[in-house]
Amino acid sequence: MSSTVLLTIAMLSVLGLLAAVILYFVAQKFKVVEDPRIDLVNEALPGANCGGCGYAGCRAFAEALVKSTSFEGLNCPVGGADTMGKVALILDRQPVAVEPEVAVVRCNGTPDNAARTSYYDGAMSCRIAHSLYGGTTGCHYGCLGCGDCVSACKFDAMYMNPVTELPVILDDQCVACGACVKACPRSIIELRKRNKKDRKIYVSCVNKDKGGPARKACKVACIGCGKCVKVCPYDAITMENNLAFIDSYKCKLCRKCVPECPTLAILEIGFPVKEQKPAEAAEATTD
Amino acid sequence: MFKTFPKGGIHPPENKLTADKPIVILPVPPQVTVPVSQHIGAPATPVVEKGAAVLAGQVIAEAKGFVSTNIHSPVSGKVSKIDTVVDTTGYKQTAVIIDVEGDEWVTTVDRSTALEKEITLTREEIIERCRQCGLVGMGGATFPTHIKLTVPAGKSCDMVIINGAECEPYLTSDHRLMLEKGAEVLTGATIIMKALGVERAVVGIEANKPDAISHLTELAREFRGITVQPLKVKYPQGGEKQLIKACTGREVPSGGLPIDVGVVVQNVGTAFAVYEAVQKNKPLVERVVTVTGKSVANPGNFLVRIGTPVTALIEAAGGMPDDTGKVVNGGPMMGKALAITDVPVTKGTSGILLFPAAASRRAEVLPCIRCGKCSSACAMGLEPWLISVLSEKGMWEKAEKEKITDCMECGACAYTCPAKRPLLDYIRLGKSTVIRLARERVTK
Repeated sequence: MSSTVLLTIAMLSVLGLLAAVILYFVAQKFKVVEDPRIDLVNEALPGANCGGCGYAGCRAFAEALVKSTSFEGLNCPVGGADTMGKVALILDRQPVAVEPEVAVVRCNGTPDNAARTSYYDGAMSCRIAHSLYGGTTGCHYGCLGCGDCVSACKFDAMYMNPVTELPVILDDQCVACGACVKACPRSIIELRKRNKKDRKIYVSCVNKDKGGPARKACKVACIGCGKCVKVCPYDAITMENNLAFIDSYKCKLCRKCVPECPTLAILEIGFPVKEQKPAEAAEATTD
Repeated sequence: MFKTFPKGGIHPPENKLTADKPIVILPVPPQVTVPVSQHIGAPATPVVEKGAAVLAGQVIAEAKGFVSTNIHSPVSGKVSKIDTVVDTTGYKQTAVIIDVEGDEWVTTVDRSTALEKEITLTREEIIERCRQCGLVGMGGATFPTHIKLTVPAGKSCDMVIINGAECEPYLTSDHRLMLEKGAEVLTGATIIMKALGVERAVVGIEANKPDAISHLTELAREFRGITVQPLKVKYPQGGEKQLIKACTGREVPSGGLPIDVGVVVQNVGTAFAVYEAVQKNKPLVERVVTVTGKSVANPGNFLVRIGTPVTALIEAAGGMPDDTGKVVNGGPMMGKALAITDVPVTKGTSGILLFPAAASRRAEVLPCIRCGKCSSACAMGLEPWLISVLSEKGMWEKAEKEKITDCMECGACAYTCPAKRPLLDYIRLGKSTVIRLARERVTK
């Protein structure tokens, strides 16, 4: 009885030892040498795997960071300067200051502003609606309202406003990963420089039609009149295809363009209420 | 005796309300809007300027590139403007807008209705004439006809199939054309046979058009090589691949074209247009459109000029019923709802359907219960429930492996789905994405 037990123990021990020796040599033979810093950098990254950096996930970005020689073009928009500072410390490099950004929806085609001409009954997906026709309003550039951007957002920074039928971005939550920008089939959402107190000046329209048709489709469409371009002292506004665009990196938030816009297509958000123009102030706060 | 394709298919209610309504010639409207892209391929380039006087049949936009066709003025008058308008596809595109003055035609066009059976043109001349006259497939796909008539190098063609299946419910434009212009259609078929250098043509007609079958069978005795093949009623029999399988038993390989099995399929309407172009030198400037719906006062088949507003057609059919909830361009299965009715009739407009609001809303979408009805309805042997979900989740590679690109978007799957899932919506999205990705792979 006892000899059977002893024999079993001895057998298993020998087998175990043998396996251990084989495994040791196999492990030596097929060893994968990995830079230990990749793990460290990976841990420093937020771990959201949002793809905002342009890589498949945080691990892939960590590998790219370690492999790279400088931070040129490499930035984690989610972690921002903090995370990149930590990464710089691990990799013993100088961090590059990157401006924080925020996503902005450039359409104001609420049912009040842009009259609905048809009713979309298909699958609730902007990409499908976009591949089918111009949209429920006369504007063939504006928001389709199916919420592809909202479902793409991994940070709960967006929701659909049922009244305006437009997506809303929560500035505090938005990390500028750009997932919504990619999800939008009409390129309505744009990443813009994040200003102090989340102040924003932007053309809330992407309609490239000429003035007449654009205005007919939507009350607050950019009609391409060019008044804002003339008044801008910093050359921040450009006009292309009947559409004004304010470069957020050149804009100094002087707000000179805002009262110039005849269709109120330029929105100012986050500014204190102006005393002298109560009507305009009301516009800004309701937006 | 009645043949059909073996795989899948459905039997939607036929509702051919206008089958006994003769084709009515609609008066020329006061203004026409002629889009420059009425075909698959590159849009044509306008060659007239604002204020220019044009004659009916005159080229107003020239083909740009190989896969493209000319656009002709359907009326005589003055070019009012060249502008962007919304067309039947729901997108904006360039169009020539003409104010009608009289009805003067280009002198080279023979407008007599006498039947011209003698074919004097050579093969090359026929193809060139089809190109010049802006012919496209009239079944709805609007693929330029001259390309279809040019057999690619290395391929051979031994028969022509004339598509008279008209499997879409409601539509009767092809049916009426076969009854009223049967001899012209068969002459057109003979011209197509000559252009392709083949000796055989089969006209496939579904059994729900017995008058057309007997009429064309009678007429076909006088045409060498043309036979009429009656087909069982089943949707989507009018699909090229299904029609070929039904008429000849040949199966077009996955990703292939009918020419791979030696067949060219042309619609009845196209055959008639070929006849008019080759024998009468008349460009494609008018077509038969069925305007119908259960509550439409005066549904009918109308011969209209291209560019006529759809609103004028609806007026001709007795106005838009009050309960209308959806206006569809094309058949009820594959047609597309119009976002606005102020759009022009184009070369591919086979029907205008007016559905009551109660019938036009989609039902609530429920989860898939894996009943497999869509799989048994699919005439291409696909698994719609699977490819639609793959496409919904963005799994493009898997969707490609499941042959999503073989889908012809007939909508039989969505029709049979008891959970009312928008199967086709997602399959279309997946199909276009997979094709785009495949193209990017090639260019890389």
